[in-house]
Amino acid sequence: MATGWKKPSDMPHDHHDHLSSSGRPYRADNDAPLTYWQTMEIALRELLVEKGVTSQAEIASQIDAMDARSPADGARVVARAWSDPAFRDRLLHDASAASREMGFDIGALRLIAVENTGDVHNIIVCTLCSCYPRNLLGLSPDWYKTREYRSRVVIEPRRVLAEFGLTLPDTTTIRVHDSTADMRYIVIPARPSGTEHLNEAQLATLVTRDSMIGTAQARAPR
Amino acid sequence: MLDVGPGTAVRVRGMQPPGHIRTPHYLRGKAGVIERCLGLSGNPEQLAYGLPGASLPLYRVRFTMADIWGARAERPDDTLDAEIYGHWLEETV
Repeated sequence: MATGWKKPSDMPHDHHDHLSSSGRPYRADNDAPLTYWQTMEIALRELLVEKGVTSQAEIASQIDAMDARSPADGARVVARAWSDPAFRDRLLHDASAASREMGFDIGALRLIAVENTGDVHNIIVCTLCSCYPRNLLGLSPDWYKTREYRSRVVIEPRRVLAEFGLTLPDTTTIRVHDSTADMRYIVIPARPSGTEHLNEAQLATLVTRDSMIGTAQARAPR
Repeated sequence: MLDVGPGTAVRVRGMQPPGHIRTPHYLRGKAGVIERCLGLSGNPEQLAYGLPGASLPLYRVRFTMADIWGARAERPDDTLDAEIYGHWLEETV
């Protein structure tokens, strides 16, 4: 079994400095010097604070606000759309306004909602960088930012989806959305069957992050 | 400057200017259809350099995978939508 871990006695002697004093393999951490851009970010941040443009407290509170956002917020929006046809229409017309109407503080986010139906499946990408509706869904998953996902999903979305475990029938049209400019996107996944008896809060538990990116469908109810 | 409505057939200009460009290479020169108009938006090619960005119409353009990838398309009638600024588009007839 190749676990990548070797007993200390198996390690060549010239690698003994790669083990911690407890004999465990050494794991790389923030060991390298700061990169050019990391230094630039720190310098810029300190200057902005020194000049009174912002403060450490304001930066910390913005980080807290971003960390408090999560896919659960988007899931509530989707569950409302499933439950309330008039809200669904408003969401498709102007997703930013509809999200604010639910009380979400999404800042300047300009959001477009795209809806999966019986014969259309939507999937989101940003090929130029890693644009993501984080003011609603929180930070994006690491794979969303990889060059592999960003380049392949516009060329072979069906193969990419299959690797995520989602194989769509040939009768389904795939619509890929590349966030190249000012808009951000959220997929409204199709409401699973057998959920007619569920209330909005219960429905929201079926809406996963990936189903709002389009790499999965909403969960089936238990 | 292009000023058109949904359904208009357009082509992305095949320009290769230097600088901060929000038109992906894989769509340059490709033909598509305006999916919706997104109003006016500041030109990122100027904003990126601290210049006042001229207001440009921003469009969502829908391409078929066949439009983009030709015979190599995974499935020809799957689609790709992208946001393209008006100065990158020309109307086709």
